[in-house]
Amino acid sequence: MSDSITTETIDTVAALAEGGYKWGFSTDIEMDMAPKGLNEDIIRLISARKNEPEWLLEWRLKAYAAWLKMEEPDWAMLRHEPIDYQDLHYYAAPKKKAGPKSLDEVDPELLKTYAKLGIPLKEQAYLAGVEPEEGARPQVAVDAVFDSVSVATTFRSTLEKAGVIFCPISEAVLSHPELVQKYLGSVVPAGDNYFAALNSAVFTDGSFVFIPKGVRCPMELSTYFRINARNTGQFERTLIVVEDGGHVSYLEGCTAPQRDENQLHAAVVELVAMEDASIKYSTVQNWYPGDANGLGGIYNFVTKRGACRGARSKISWTQVETGSAITWKYPSCILQGDGSVGEFYSVAVTTNHQQADTGTKMIHIGKNTSSTIVSKGISAGQSNNTYRGLVKVLPKAEGARNFTQCDSLLIGDRCGAHTVPYIESRNPTAKLEHEATTSKISDDQLFYCRSRGLSQEDAVGMIVNGFCRDVLKELPMEFAVEAQKLLAISLEGSVG
Amino acid sequence: MLEIQNLAAAIGDKPILRGIDLVVPKGEVHAIMGPNGSGKSTLSYVLSGRPGYDVTGGSATFDGQDLLEMEPEERAALGVFLAFQYPVELPGVGNANFLRTALNAQRRARGEAELDAPAFLKLARAEMKRLSMPDDMLKRNVNVGFSGGEKKRNEVLQMAILKPRIAILDETDSGLDIDALKIVAEGVNAQRGPDFSALVITHYQRLLDYIVPDRVHVLAGGRIIRSGGPELALELEANGYGAIVDAAA
Repeated sequence: MSDSITTETIDTVAALAEGGYKWGFSTDIEMDMAPKGLNEDIIRLISARKNEPEWLLEWRLKAYAAWLKMEEPDWAMLRHEPIDYQDLHYYAAPKKKAGPKSLDEVDPELLKTYAKLGIPLKEQAYLAGVEPEEGARPQVAVDAVFDSVSVATTFRSTLEKAGVIFCPISEAVLSHPELVQKYLGSVVPAGDNYFAALNSAVFTDGSFVFIPKGVRCPMELSTYFRINARNTGQFERTLIVVEDGGHVSYLEGCTAPQRDENQLHAAVVELVAMEDASIKYSTVQNWYPGDANGLGGIYNFVTKRGACRGARSKISWTQVETGSAITWKYPSCILQGDGSVGEFYSVAVTTNHQQADTGTKMIHIGKNTSSTIVSKGISAGQSNNTYRGLVKVLPKAEGARNFTQCDSLLIGDRCGAHTVPYIESRNPTAKLEHEATTSKISDDQLFYCRSRGLSQEDAVGMIVNGFCRDVLKELPMEFAVEAQKLLAISLEGSVG
Repeated sequence: MLEIQNLAAAIGDKPILRGIDLVVPKGEVHAIMGPNGSGKSTLSYVLSGRPGYDVTGGSATFDGQDLLEMEPEERAALGVFLAFQYPVELPGVGNANFLRTALNAQRRARGEAELDAPAFLKLARAEMKRLSMPDDMLKRNVNVGFSGGEKKRNEVLQMAILKPRIAILDETDSGLDIDALKIVAEGVNAQRGPDFSALVITHYQRLLDYIVPDRVHVLAGGRIIRSGGPELALELEANGYGAIVDAAA
């Protein structure tokens, strides 16, 4: 099956390969925007615009106070100009009329954006609340984040019937305050790190998912992120809670329009899995990476962490990172429940002057916990790609197991690949394995493919997709297709 | 028809081919034999467009089209196929996916309709049956973990599916046991017909017991020093290259 996907992908690459950043457009919609700068008043404004309860404002202000005392981390293998946090807008929302009741009421510009993003037409219709046809297509619910406000949420009723809550977090704050208050910051505390603190102070929206006891979410949940306003930092906040025996698969995909200024993105994602619960979180990240000279591009400082709180719970992160000028991201698992399982599957591609410092942390606390890390780094151009991972086994984690596989693929001779594994084991029964390889796309491989009729770029796409196969096969079907396209497109022109 | 005139090629400063003249008419199978280092593999790489070889003189055309001006993938679409002496491994790339992508790239380049997955699988399975190859060959990654014999059979399978108009077999017999050799030879023979020609490069006469060539050429020191019918291969087998090389010198 995945074979035919790859084939299809390569087939369509030619059609997609218009060169440059395909998703580099911006949409002309009236914005409601706060003035530049960050201070308590801005935070109060954000909170007021969202009609937030007092406790949340207090929480934000505390995070802000903590952030003021913190310093930007400098341990990653990343270089960038200092970020002027006072030169950013911290709130922007498309001006809203009444909620869209039909497609006609939805701003045509917005629909065009969805279309460019590839949100299928039927789902666009669902955005307007049109009833789905019987047995139409595999269902994916989309919570489209357009800049800072979730414009519309789909499939609401089907999910409601199953008892699933899937809505913008700003809405959940109002409709399910007890859940949000209980779990928000419980995995990534407000003062966890510099960027998480910033996010906690100023987050504007994101998704909230709650899967009650024993419920398998009837469809994959998906959010399309998109930065749209000039100089608007994106501070998404996502919270997913799955109760005992529940399951959810969540897809997050990002594209951003082409900009000259650097844009800051500091998202926080928290996952909570209770007993026998499982969460599959998949990301395709394609923020604007900057131009060939390294100008512009998104600074992507993300804190993602999942807590396997219950016994036999499972959290699986899969990410395909092709975009951003800077990626700083370590989706992690806290394996607290006995027999809980953490997984991290990652493909990170850097080209031109992109920098990625990404990896994971697996913290083994409970007995017989196990974790798997598969990281595939691809560097081209003058880019730098670092895998940084921590496997930590605490004293009570009897029988903990970890398997780590880190592979790097170099394209050209001006790029860098670095692997920085940290291993701390404080329990003698732990079994930890680490494998790492570095390879290049060989001239033999390229010629072999070309002698069979593939163009140089299709050959690179095919070899890279092969290299990433162990990760790509973890992605849900629709995402796998998109991810493979992205890989091929990202590396266009990087060979020969 | 493949026409090579006074073809010279070098790797860096080192001349390897020193003026090859060779014509392979449509429908014919020619064998190129020669001692190690005579330029056999270089000839196959120059014809298929491998980077790193500098053509320093002469010409090579197929059906009147200048091969030397074309990218390797353009030559493939024109119908030139190289069966590699050492087939290359592509980890993570499924054989079926690879072959279908290659076939469709060629078809696209020729302005032909592409094959969808079911149509391709039907074609591939039929060819595999003809070549007595197990079904799982398509599911495996390209040449990864293949034995020497399996790699060569995979080359023949690719040839059967891509249906080239001229196949260059670069020491396809090396490392094959007699059973594998027969299967490979049958694969080549199955392609024989008025629209298929082949250049069979081999070190030993053995392969030519199974693929009987129309002509045999002896390559030594970057030149073709003698040409003849199938009996020339037998003569070489009996007397070795030495006698012919000495006679030509």
